[in-house]
Amino acid sequence: MSMQPTRVLFGALMALGYFSSLAAAQIKIGVAEALTGNAAQYGVPIRKGFELAVSEINGSGGINGQKIELVVEDEQGKKEEAINVFKKLIFQDKVLMLFGPTLSNSAQASDPVAQGAKVVVFGTSNTADGITSIGNYVFRNSVTEADILPVTLKVAAQKTGLKKVAVLYGNDDIFTKSGYDNFKKALETLKIPVTTTETFAKGDVDFKPQLTKIKSSHADAIVMSALVAEGAPAMVQARQLGIALPFIGGNGMNSPKVFDLAKDNSDNLWVGSPWSSENPAAENKRFIAAYQKVYSALPDQFAAQAYDAVYIVAQALKKVKLSGKLDDDRIALRNALPAAQIAGATGPFKFRQVKDKHGKPAGYDAVQTAIVMMTKGNQYVIQK
Amino acid sequence: MLAQQFVNAISLGGVYALFALGFTLIFGVLNVVNLAHGAIFMLGAYTALQAVVLLKFPLALAMGAAIFVTGAAGWLLDRLIFAPLRARQAPHLAPMIATIGVAISLNSTIQGIFGAENLRFPVHGLAAEGLQFGGVQVTGLEIQIILLALILMAVLLWWLKHTRMGCALRALAESRKASALLGIDVEGLFRMTSVIAALLGGVAGVLIALYTNAVFPQMGQPMLHKGIAVVILGGMGDIRGALLGGFFLGCAEVFSVAYIGSTMRDAVAFGLLFAILLIRPQGLFGKAAERRA
Repeated sequence: MSMQPTRVLFGALMALGYFSSLAAAQIKIGVAEALTGNAAQYGVPIRKGFELAVSEINGSGGINGQKIELVVEDEQGKKEEAINVFKKLIFQDKVLMLFGPTLSNSAQASDPVAQGAKVVVFGTSNTADGITSIGNYVFRNSVTEADILPVTLKVAAQKTGLKKVAVLYGNDDIFTKSGYDNFKKALETLKIPVTTTETFAKGDVDFKPQLTKIKSSHADAIVMSALVAEGAPAMVQARQLGIALPFIGGNGMNSPKVFDLAKDNSDNLWVGSPWSSENPAAENKRFIAAYQKVYSALPDQFAAQAYDAVYIVAQALKKVKLSGKLDDDRIALRNALPAAQIAGATGPFKFRQVKDKHGKPAGYDAVQTAIVMMTKGNQYVIQK
Repeated sequence: MLAQQFVNAISLGGVYALFALGFTLIFGVLNVVNLAHGAIFMLGAYTALQAVVLLKFPLALAMGAAIFVTGAAGWLLDRLIFAPLRARQAPHLAPMIATIGVAISLNSTIQGIFGAENLRFPVHGLAAEGLQFGGVQVTGLEIQIILLALILMAVLLWWLKHTRMGCALRALAESRKASALLGIDVEGLFRMTSVIAALLGGVAGVLIALYTNAVFPQMGQPMLHKGIAVVILGGMGDIRGALLGGFFLGCAEVFSVAYIGSTMRDAVAFGLLFAILLIRPQGLFGKAAERRA
């Protein structure tokens, strides 16, 4: 194919002019999420949540007349890749701020890059301890288990009138072990005595010895830090042993997979979540309807948190006067963001500053009330 | 609680014994530590699950499908791996290492097709219902597993002792060369043993998947570790040993949870195993002179 040189030049000029005029009127935000690999099950709905919110905001005129442009990169759920993608977005694409990465593990590795470059990094799915203590440019709206578990316990205790509990947890998995630590702390705070603490290992399929022991300890409920893979069979086996006690679970048990893996034995499981499809708040209903319209599927917690995150940033951006000087604008956004407050799909939201390990003020965590749900007839029913 | 824990121990022991039967058979006759037995076990569970979910088979028919597929896998295993290695008189370790490869390939293939997540059988009936006997809860399935482990063991023992084929198999286990000289179809017997061991693994996979409510690609791995322990404890290649070893390990695990603590479960159970082997290195039923099957 051949082209007239003048036409090529003309086209190039057109393109340049077009893009530069567009760039001036746009706010570039980087998205670094796991879009392939194992963590894609979280990263893909997160991306959809971002894109839905951005298209809504742009559709209603953007922010102070400027449209948001997302620069999306796949960090594959890997630390090294997250670092690479962060560098590309910050130094090459020159984004104003970043969303991501998907996993806490990756955030530990890549967030220091953003902190060093003085660029806001905003996680929507990082729940591990110590992420926001990396520095004062690190934000997240994901609610940690340390926040959710005490609320779950408190509501379950109020509603079921439990006096003492037995504990069952997986002791060879970082996630379920840290869930156990948080449960233990919460039980001590609430002064709920523990009758017996039992453990299991990843890949275990038989929980009857532990459950039999729990049964004879006369507990009023079973507090369980487990993933669905072990937790659901444990619930089934408990019911087979004639144990009708309520189960109180962590985020690992907060999955509709429970209804599949513990079918007909899934009742009376209490979990807390930052988001619920059953939450009747107007913002949530609007979000679910819009998501379903665009993607023809039900959203999950990850999409909801990503969707809200964009509105949180939009709230802050409205108050920032962008100068066009990237470094200044990045700092201005950082200074405006902590005050942002919204009522979103996950409910009322604001930030609180955390301290790093030397006690110095660092990044920002979410202040948000968990929604406590109980399973009944193979679905979640909101309790509070 | 004691009575219930005893029932828990016996049914867990039944599970281990059921798994160990095929494993010990293939060792006794082929003299191969078949580390693919866990994968075959998993294959049986997935076959039956797909037969129930996709083809809407009743459970009994799905079990038949699992037996067929795992039996075929056993045939292939011998045809493609054990037989060529036998023919080339490969050293002892070669077939064992080869079975590690088979296990990993099978696991990855199944994971590629069905994903890494847990699945479960949709069927439910009497089998999963808790039955009560004087304060003790048992499921129909647990009783089936225990009975099946006992019946299969009895049938295998009877067959080895009282049939011509069983006689030939014992002769083969004793000496391959002598058997061949006596006109026994050595290769055919090897292949048949591999098929029987594999389909026993398949049956175990289906029952245990029903019992534990969990079908996942790695489901054979923990079972394989326990299975090896059971077989070594019982005496490598001994069928009664597989059963007794299974029940022993089941009891050791359950009672260490009940009276010592669940964090110490594996440490106590396997510590005990270690102690027994120190006293009886050949296992409970093993003979010092290594007569197998």
